[in-house]
Amino acid sequence: MSRRVRLLLFACAGPGLLAVLLIGLHGLPAFGDFHGAYGLVVDHLEPGQRHATDIVTALNFDLRAFDTLGEEFILFASVSGVALLLRHLRDEDEEAESSRSVADHRFAGASDALRMLSLVLIPLLVSLGVYLALHGALTPGGGFQAGVVLAAGPLAILLAGRYLALKRVAPEWMLEASDSAGAMAYALIGLGGLIFASVYLKNFLPLGTSGHLLSAGMMPLNSIAVGLEVTGAFLLTWTEFLDQDLLVSREEL
Amino acid sequence: MTALQAVALLVVVVAGTAIVFVPDPLRQALVLSMFGLALTLLFFVFQAPDVALSELVVGSVGMPVIILAALRKIAKHADLREEEEKEGGE
Repeated sequence: MSRRVRLLLFACAGPGLLAVLLIGLHGLPAFGDFHGAYGLVVDHLEPGQRHATDIVTALNFDLRAFDTLGEEFILFASVSGVALLLRHLRDEDEEAESSRSVADHRFAGASDALRMLSLVLIPLLVSLGVYLALHGALTPGGGFQAGVVLAAGPLAILLAGRYLALKRVAPEWMLEASDSAGAMAYALIGLGGLIFASVYLKNFLPLGTSGHLLSAGMMPLNSIAVGLEVTGAFLLTWTEFLDQDLLVSREEL
Repeated sequence: MTALQAVALLVVVVAGTAIVFVPDPLRQALVLSMFGLALTLLFFVFQAPDVALSELVVGSVGMPVIILAALRKIAKHADLREEEEKEGGE
């Protein structure tokens, strides 16, 4: 298809698409205009009966806890798939691994200012991540958000141009363990509900006082479990991708 | 809709369009990172701090890192193939 034909086709289809979009957008309710009964029920139920002040986390870990279980295993399966494919490509060899990690890889572009900045960023990111995991049921945040922020902390070591130092701080076995332990912990917390409350993933822990760190039943536990899994999952994906060129390139040199 | 929300929407539109019009994939990854920051701002001013927190890391750091690593690998493969072709020709 030549450029002329494609442009002609777009000239016909474009206005049609625009018209349909405009008609669709015209029928939308205004921002903040809400008529669903479900939202009102949740707003009433979660702070009152579950003592959770962050409704988003309450939805994820209480009302839709089973959906979260599925999402967790989607993440787990996809990260396992990435690791499986990329390690096969790299033709992983334990002996080669140990001989490679003698000297550190340094980026030419990592200036002193960038290295200093990343040093400052690491503790900030890690403490923010821990805060988000622990306060999931109280303030905006929760397991997933905590996980991605926690994973970004060690990634700042890469910013300083010290990739092998990152692999020493967060070795692959540790990331794998964190990923699987987090996924398993969430499923086991659900099993606790089955044993103590006779429904899978039903809350079986004391609810505490609203606004306290140890409140909202099993939500803080779920938040920590998901945080652990997401940290491992993201760091493992990044390490696998970066291994592809940073380590192999050293071997080829 | 407040002025802040309108500005955030506009920034997202500009940044999203910019990604499409940048020709070099390497620069595209960096513009994508900026787009991630713009989306973070958008989610935040539309009162979704939970989503903004995830987007902050996934959109502005997570995706670009993976794209940059993949680009480096592809460039290296292209170099190797060129060398092989040269050797084969001699």
